[in-house]
Amino acid sequence: MSNRDDDLRDELRSHLDMATADRVSRGEPPREAAAHARRELGNVGQIQEAARDVWGGRWILHALQDVRYARRDFRRNPGFAIVAILSLTLGIGATTALFEVIAAVRLRPLPIADPGGLYEIRLASMEGSRGNFESWYPTVTQPIWRELSARQQAFSLFAWSSADAAFDLSEGGETRRINGIWVTGGFFDTLGLHPARGRLLTPADDQRGCAPRAVLGHGFWQRAYGGDPAIAGRMLTVRGRQIEIVGVAPAAFHGLEVGRSFDVALPLCAEAVLSADGKGRADSGTTWWLSVFGRLKPGWTIDRATSHLAAISPDMFKTLLPAGYPATSVEKYLAMTMTAVPGGKGLSQLREAYASPLWLLLAIASLVLVIACTNLANLLLARASAREREIAVRLGLGASRGRVIRQLLTESLLLAATGTALAVLLAGMLGRWLVAALETTGTPITLPLAVDWRVLGFAALLAVATCLLFGLVPALRGTRVMASSVLRATTPGASAGRQTVALRRALVVVQIALSVALLFGSLLFARTLRNVLTLDPGFRAQGLVVAEIDSSRLRLPPKSRLAHRQLVIERVRSIPGLAGAASVAVVPLSGSSSRNDVWPERDRSAKFNTLMNWVGPGYFAVAGVPFTAGRDVDARDTPGSTAVVVVVNELFAAKLGGAAAAIGRRVAREANPGNPEQTYEIVGVVKDSAYTAVKDDPYPTMYFAASQWSVGQSLQLMVRSSLPAAATTSAITGALATLDRRISVRYSIVTAMIRDMLVQERVLAALSSGFGVLAAVLTVVGLYGLVAYSVARRSTEIGVRMALGATRRNILRLVLREVGVLLAIGAAAGCLLALSAGRAAASLLFRVTPYDPAALAGAVAAMAIVAVLASYVPARRATRIEPFDALRME
Amino acid sequence: MPRRRDRYQNRIELLQGTLDLLILQTLQWGPRHGYGIAVAIQANSSDALQVDTGSLYPALHRLEKQKWIAATWELSPNKQRTRVYRLTAAGRRQLASERSRWQALVDAMSRILSRPQETE
Repeated sequence: MSNRDDDLRDELRSHLDMATADRVSRGEPPREAAAHARRELGNVGQIQEAARDVWGGRWILHALQDVRYARRDFRRNPGFAIVAILSLTLGIGATTALFEVIAAVRLRPLPIADPGGLYEIRLASMEGSRGNFESWYPTVTQPIWRELSARQQAFSLFAWSSADAAFDLSEGGETRRINGIWVTGGFFDTLGLHPARGRLLTPADDQRGCAPRAVLGHGFWQRAYGGDPAIAGRMLTVRGRQIEIVGVAPAAFHGLEVGRSFDVALPLCAEAVLSADGKGRADSGTTWWLSVFGRLKPGWTIDRATSHLAAISPDMFKTLLPAGYPATSVEKYLAMTMTAVPGGKGLSQLREAYASPLWLLLAIASLVLVIACTNLANLLLARASAREREIAVRLGLGASRGRVIRQLLTESLLLAATGTALAVLLAGMLGRWLVAALETTGTPITLPLAVDWRVLGFAALLAVATCLLFGLVPALRGTRVMASSVLRATTPGASAGRQTVALRRALVVVQIALSVALLFGSLLFARTLRNVLTLDPGFRAQGLVVAEIDSSRLRLPPKSRLAHRQLVIERVRSIPGLAGAASVAVVPLSGSSSRNDVWPERDRSAKFNTLMNWVGPGYFAVAGVPFTAGRDVDARDTPGSTAVVVVVNELFAAKLGGAAAAIGRRVAREANPGNPEQTYEIVGVVKDSAYTAVKDDPYPTMYFAASQWSVGQSLQLMVRSSLPAAATTSAITGALATLDRRISVRYSIVTAMIRDMLVQERVLAALSSGFGVLAAVLTVVGLYGLVAYSVARRSTEIGVRMALGATRRNILRLVLREVGVLLAIGAAAGCLLALSAGRAAASLLFRVTPYDPAALAGAVAAMAIVAVLASYVPARRATRIEPFDALRME
Repeated sequence: MPRRRDRYQNRIELLQGTLDLLILQTLQWGPRHGYGIAVAIQANSSDALQVDTGSLYPALHRLEKQKWIAATWELSPNKQRTRVYRLTAAGRRQLASERSRWQALVDAMSRILSRPQETE
């Protein structure tokens, strides 16, 4: 560009020289000749500009000029630039961070070959399935998997599961757990993955009764083996068995569960081989644990494949119906159909659990961004008024309005671009913080938060949108000035049109409305958090520790297991400082549950559903659940007793006419594939307590005496201790080691379990109040600016009023009345907005209505207080105006 | 300087076709620098046409962009660096077609202008 400019300048100079020389040779005196020639040549600048026009690209030059100009201007007014960039950085950063997390859990496809061609093959509805469910995702039983892969022709299928695949690598003592997955032979091949080292599993590795081989996850290989290049051939001990490592999966691949990373993949056949009984779940028709995926075979369309799956379903489930299936569910089992849904994004519990909170937070963050933009628009309008003389001069000197608008917009764009660049950095940090906040004890989240084209595109879009939002109106408004009137006026800003003032008021009203809505939202979530935090789980969580004790390495024969169990419990109970210990089969709040239908004996019509648990003597005392009536299970209750006894909760007892009436009553339980129909005798009633989640309403619950049931090789002890949790766990680990070093144990702290369950409430409350406060602060800045401006603009008027006898109180009222009107309109609009937005959040609230009047009143009151505080300072300044000075300025 | 520039551009547009044709025609006899072209046009029209430098150079750049003429820096006999323009093959074709269009226009104009005035 500049090269061509230089050329033209040289060319014109040579033109001038030649013209002068010609004139001199015609006899003109040299000085006159030069002057004539120059006059003839005309305006060199104009010629250059016209020539540049020919080549185009003039706008680039202008843009660079504008950027230079804007930079110089910002350096002169660093305060404005800093406030503007900071508020944009916060607004865009928060919005982009949320988008980054959403993109990672929701939008990004799995890092596999052709993710769009991967389908999840699942039951259209899980309604007909009964039995044990060990995954949060849709599953089938292993017999269904075998039958399905034999009958269907449309897909290359594979199955996988993370159920019961947490392996303990320790030789005893406290466990070191790794996440495993079971995969069928076609897993890696169908996904189109290539090994990072060695080889991946193939169908040949997955044969019934196989000698298991393992593929490591890339991260685990790095962590546990230091990335040993000769990893293939090394051995890994899983459940007491030596397993050969054959290779390492590619680095980007974390499994099909987004957010949960696998450490080791074992062939499906290994599940049976590694199980205690050597059979595993291979032939269980009521253990639902396998997730099925596949790719279409050549020549198949997804529509044809779906109808193919539907067509083979009825006959398949007829063949598969397990013996002893609960009668009420047989019909639904036979009516089940398989279907295919797109599976290229994998499965994600994060996605299921946090999709709506994340979108809601994104919406909240965008509103904060809108408030920030409104603020900037307001600041720019104020600046435009302050600069109207400069603009008028430039217009008067012949700059076109378009050119000045372009220059003002360049300033806005420069602000937006700088803010966005910083925001992308901030977003990375915020995003990692958010993911860390969602993590719970023992379940790390592996979520690659990449700044990819989606995120960058999103941020760029925000930058342009915000720039237009806050820059365009002030630019249009600022250039619509009458040069003559501005230059004649003496007070800066005095000529600003009534329209500009009205526009600035409207912007502040918008800010107040949005802030009220955001504050309302944060109050709703804060109340929700308080409600869940103050919930009474029905037991005393403080000081409770759950110890999962695994004695399977001892390979005890079944008949000596009961004695061993007693020994372990006695040993733990004898630890000084422990208030008590009792066994429990389903740890409250652990998420697992067991339930069946029961009815009072001989009255099947009064059937109801109940939760079930198996506890040892003293469990209720340890947990802190008081008895209402009757007795605890104790040493009297043995397998040989005449009656199988149960303790029930109050809700259960209420179905039988209350606690007193329930004692001694007998209840029957429906038959299920594991057990025939049975009758139990109620010996005690306890208060209701939480079972699966603190937030759940109380549910009928029935507690069996663990001593009357068969004994496995693992034991879960509920321990109450007055010691700190760490001291309790190390004391238990030590006590178990004195018994046998091969016993392994894993701990959960009950208060931590409760805290983990409330992650969503915690994050929503923290983020929404953060955003609410940010919104309020931005609004205060906007309001302060407006009032200060309006006081400055009306200083003459105020001076006149004071000269005519107005008191300071009168003036204060005059200024505050203006604020009051804005506040009233803004708050009213905010209430409407809040109430309609509250409905969207209803499902995330707990024991708070989305129309909660207290929260609404709180939001309006908070806004009113900060608004008055923000306007008080400039209003005070108005009362200090000296009438004489104000009038002299005219 | 919006207003003045607008007027200036209008003038270029008015002259555009003819000035371009004149430049191409002048270069038909051999390479010349900008000043030389201006002098030649003035001389060949017996001083009837005065070429405005403000239009000449933008027009030269326009023709160069269209690749109808090409420019090189050369040293003049008195050792001065000058930018010399030359007609390209495409320029030659353009000249031919411009000329025939111009001829058609002149014919049409003269037919209209030489018609006897009709009386009312």
